[in-house]
Amino acid sequence: MRKFADSLLNGGIFDGMPIELGYVLVVAFFAFVLLNFIMLVAGVTSWLERRVWGRIQSRIGPNRVGPQGTIQWLADGLKNIMKEDIIPEEADAPLFKIAPYLAMMGFFATFAVIPFGDGLVVADLDVGLLYITAVTALVVVGVLMAGWASNNKWALLGGIRSAAQIISYEIPAGLGVITVVLFTGSLSMQSIIRAQGWEPWNWFMFDNPFLFVAFFLFFVSALAEGNRTPFDLPEAESELVAGAFTEYSGLRNLLFFLVEWGNLYVIGALCATMFLGGWQIPPVTENPFLLGLLQFITFFAKSYFIVFVAMWIRGTLPRVRVDQLMTLCWKYLTPIAFVNLLGAMIWFIVFPHGFLPMRIAMVLIGGGIFLYFLSRVMFHLRRAKPEMHLSPLA
Amino acid sequence: MGYFQNIKDTITTIFEGMAITASHFVRKPYTVQYPDRIDIRIQDTLPFRYRGLLDVDLEICTGCLACERACPIDCIVIDADKNKKTKEMVLKRFDIDLAKCMYCGLCSEPCPTGSIHHTPEFEGADYSLESLVRRYVKAPIPAYKPIKGPETDPEVAPILSRGLKYLDEFATPGDSK
Repeated sequence: MRKFADSLLNGGIFDGMPIELGYVLVVAFFAFVLLNFIMLVAGVTSWLERRVWGRIQSRIGPNRVGPQGTIQWLADGLKNIMKEDIIPEEADAPLFKIAPYLAMMGFFATFAVIPFGDGLVVADLDVGLLYITAVTALVVVGVLMAGWASNNKWALLGGIRSAAQIISYEIPAGLGVITVVLFTGSLSMQSIIRAQGWEPWNWFMFDNPFLFVAFFLFFVSALAEGNRTPFDLPEAESELVAGAFTEYSGLRNLLFFLVEWGNLYVIGALCATMFLGGWQIPPVTENPFLLGLLQFITFFAKSYFIVFVAMWIRGTLPRVRVDQLMTLCWKYLTPIAFVNLLGAMIWFIVFPHGFLPMRIAMVLIGGGIFLYFLSRVMFHLRRAKPEMHLSPLA
Repeated sequence: MGYFQNIKDTITTIFEGMAITASHFVRKPYTVQYPDRIDIRIQDTLPFRYRGLLDVDLEICTGCLACERACPIDCIVIDADKNKKTKEMVLKRFDIDLAKCMYCGLCSEPCPTGSIHHTPEFEGADYSLESLVRRYVKAPIPAYKPIKGPETDPEVAPILSRGLKYLDEFATPGDSK
């Protein structure tokens, strides 16, 4: 982005402008583009998620607004914007008002380093992963603040749960990240992707068994950090009404949901970057524009696949209890992550430049697991003998 | 060994659960998209004995007031007089207040001809309570007089056979299809 800004300032449309003003304008422009991108992604995700759950529960889901309900999210957003913004009398008004923006900031800031393509990144920070781990923790400040300022026991419980949960799960998530960093030697998102290739056996997920485990450790911890089912205890509706968001209405409530669905995409993007080869594509074209487009599509497809899996998990698993949540983190994920990191270190010492047969074997194992999974799906279909409806439309 | 058994159980059960939900992706949704996106009206799929809105076939109403007496909440009001000269029953008023009706079916059980009966219609929503009062008798009409043997009037015969069929099925639910 720096290069792009410089090109605009020297000979571009901002030529002759004070350099500081030019940078501010460019940054504002990128922020605007990204914000709109996030709104679109979060909105479409909210619609798609409801459709996916619908099909899992043998329903259809929203299909009335627009073709197949594709602009249902727009209708929901408009409805929320037009609603009254209620601030409870007993609430701490300034904190109550500012909380959703803090949560929003925490997740929006991550988009600065998410690499959509070879040159398609706002800022390729040298400490990109560290930066993401740091700013996502800002979400918990917003949620905790919302819970506290609402002056409501459910909201407070939800906020405290969220804080405990996010801080606990930072550890296995961080250890999963470190396992990757061990193999790249860099925290920068772009160099992590450049250390991988477009072939699946050059992805970090299939590099060795330890990175394979690290992928699942990171994915589970990231789900917990993003307050996703089965870890959505901060807004457990059966116990806490809506948790930290109980007292919120209108646009502020909408912002919290934007954070939830936007975070889902961040999880997908992180998994795609660190484990699934990011934007790496086969060398098919020389055209830089086409190349950028293909890279963007590849990255988006990979990250959205992870988002889809998260939706699928949400439709499958029930919510865990608080003690189970903590047990899972401290008794299982954290020790496994440490042992896994140790194993990865040993692997790195033995094979500092990777070990191709193992990579191929990992890909084959992954394919085998997938085939076994398909056979289980077919088993359940054969046993239930349901009426089939293969089309995703209805 | 409970620790590793837990890990194994977690992985295998989540794997199996994901397989089950994945199999639902290709199953047909059960949703019936009432009211507009359906092939046939829902009313046509309901059973013959469905207790929907009440209806009266005045052609076969004998004016015996059995339904009015049976109704526990008095939502049926009938005025029937005997004509002094012809000794015929004359119906002057037959009102059913559907706003009051609780669909218990007690009125259609004692009806000798199956004149008052439940229909499969259920879309009774309206903007005022008054319009939910169905007034079946506009002008005084003679009540139906049962005759010995099968009905001969070609206009009344199908209505009567329908009413008797309804009565049969309503009175003996075990035998119905």
